[in-house]
Amino acid sequence: MNAGTKGGGKVFTTIAISVILILWLIPTIGLLVTSFRPVSLINTTGWWTVFYVNNGPEINKSEGTYLQQLGNRLTIDNYIDALTGYRGTTTYRKDCNDGSKPLGYKCDISDLLNPRGMGRAFLNSVVVTIPATILPILFAAFAAYAFAWFDFRGRYVLFAILVGLQVVPLQMTLVPVLRMYSALGLNGTFLAVWLFHTGFGLPYAIYLLRNFMGGLPRELFESAYLDGATHWTTFTKLVLPLTMPAVASLGIFQFLWVWNDLLVSLVFLGGTKPVMTYQISNMVTSMGAGWHLLTAAAFLSMIVPMIVFFSLQKYFVRGMMAGAVKG
Amino acid sequence: MAKTNVAPVMKQGKVIPWLYVLPALIIMTIFIVYPMINTINLSFLNKNGTASAATTCVEGEPCWGIFENYRYALTAELDTTNFSTAWNSFWLSSYGNMLKWLVVMVTGTVVLGLVFAVLADRIKHEALAKSVIFMPMAISFVGAGVIWRFMYNYGTSKVQTGLLNAIITSLGGEPVAFLSTIPINTFMLIIVGIWMWTGFCMTILSSAIKSIPNEVIEAARIDGAGEFKVFTSIMVPIIAPTITVVITTMVINVLKLFDIVYVMTGGNFSTNVIATRMYTEMYTNSQDGRGTAIAVILVIAIIPFIVMNIRRFMQQEVMR
Repeated sequence: MNAGTKGGGKVFTTIAISVILILWLIPTIGLLVTSFRPVSLINTTGWWTVFYVNNGPEINKSEGTYLQQLGNRLTIDNYIDALTGYRGTTTYRKDCNDGSKPLGYKCDISDLLNPRGMGRAFLNSVVVTIPATILPILFAAFAAYAFAWFDFRGRYVLFAILVGLQVVPLQMTLVPVLRMYSALGLNGTFLAVWLFHTGFGLPYAIYLLRNFMGGLPRELFESAYLDGATHWTTFTKLVLPLTMPAVASLGIFQFLWVWNDLLVSLVFLGGTKPVMTYQISNMVTSMGAGWHLLTAAAFLSMIVPMIVFFSLQKYFVRGMMAGAVKG
Repeated sequence: MAKTNVAPVMKQGKVIPWLYVLPALIIMTIFIVYPMINTINLSFLNKNGTASAATTCVEGEPCWGIFENYRYALTAELDTTNFSTAWNSFWLSSYGNMLKWLVVMVTGTVVLGLVFAVLADRIKHEALAKSVIFMPMAISFVGAGVIWRFMYNYGTSKVQTGLLNAIITSLGGEPVAFLSTIPINTFMLIIVGIWMWTGFCMTILSSAIKSIPNEVIEAARIDGAGEFKVFTSIMVPIIAPTITVVITTMVINVLKLFDIVYVMTGGNFSTNVIATRMYTEMYTNSQDGRGTAIAVILVIAIIPFIVMNIRRFMQQEVMR
């Protein structure tokens, strides 16, 4: 389609899009700005006042450029407090500089691992997410190859069942799996979450990879066969390298899915090994409106997805389009 | 979608294929198939699965025997004193809320996504505009929950630090406690859902629109059709199959929805949906029987879509 077939229409389109975009961005900007404001200001003025430096009620009309004044009114204490899980009345930095060590803190780098903090939760999220992304893709690649290029009894029926399994809500399986884990002593372990995400990631992963592998040209397999290749060498040397674009899409999709998941971590890990989503939801319920911590914590949890999303958007969209339902 | 015939070309034994498939099948059986059957079984038992659900019936109160957990799941939120109380309480129950979510969120995301896909198709920085709309998809529901709790913040003092209430008060209105005022609170949560998922609908619909041949659109324009007419009479009918797919996907997503409600209101103030209510029964009240009954009801609601998914798959298989 060509751009702007009608003059008046084009102005209208641009205005309409701009309005929608601003509406879409404002909530996130509000969060970002607030996360850099000192507690006292967060609770007394709206975040938007940060931009009009010279007429806000709390401004000292001292010297300094607009940016300097703006900078003076921003702080990174919220992020430090969120990372260390500091819940005192001042800030972590102030308490440590005063020499009055807050209870349970050493005022050194080890405080980043405080169990209440987002630093520890960040590590837990990483530990949960990486195996929970790799494992389903690994198992799925084998199964997908078989569904695409092997002939075996029940192939078609099994795959149809698999398509159906994609939309089974995970709530349906929580209680039995929880009981199974209790019997095996797996509750509160990373292994429990890895396995669960693997099980639920598989139907979609197999579906997507099988469609991709099935689309590889048949001649490829014929010539491999004539060269005397076995299925194993064809799979590992030929099909897997060619499937990498699909694996990338799937990997990003699964990564974000696990990283952003709350329910599974809440049920199987809970407070024993808090991940970022758990830590934030816990802050929301247990401390009401501690906005300085909440906003900083929320933004910390978004950094990784944002980086992944903006650098690998193409793959993410492709992975999502390939089959679209999950979970 | 793949176009080649997938019939195998290489020799294989009877066992080899299963070596490739079995690991995945075993994991899926352990984590999806077996627990599903177990869940159905548990839904007919008492709260810790030791006796039939019928034993939990209370003398002199309604009882559905072995379906007692289902009676609880379906009717506990209703006030059946008379028709009007039943009607009102239904619309504040998890099922009534689910209907609100389904209607408003699915309509909202699909319509907004379609409109934005069409509009963005005509501007210069299309990719940038689309990634702004799509961005919320990448963050967690928990993060989005915090973002919007702050937007909706209700200041008890004179100062309103939540943007919406600040706008309302600056226009001379009274501030609103968006998340605890029934019945607007559920709609406030739905707005968050729309904010998050419009990008998903937009992306899929946009690629469908781009696949419409240019000549078709141009021919309609030459015949004197206005832009709106082109949209409603040419584009929408052509991409109707894609719209159906997007709608069914969204319906499934909404039915399973948990995080937004859990983080923003915890299901309080009559904002429960099926999944949050199930969570409360299972973990807060330790009522496994009731919780699993709610899960089964959820799956029954989803079964038509499972069937549709399989049917669509079979049609695609026939075509290839």
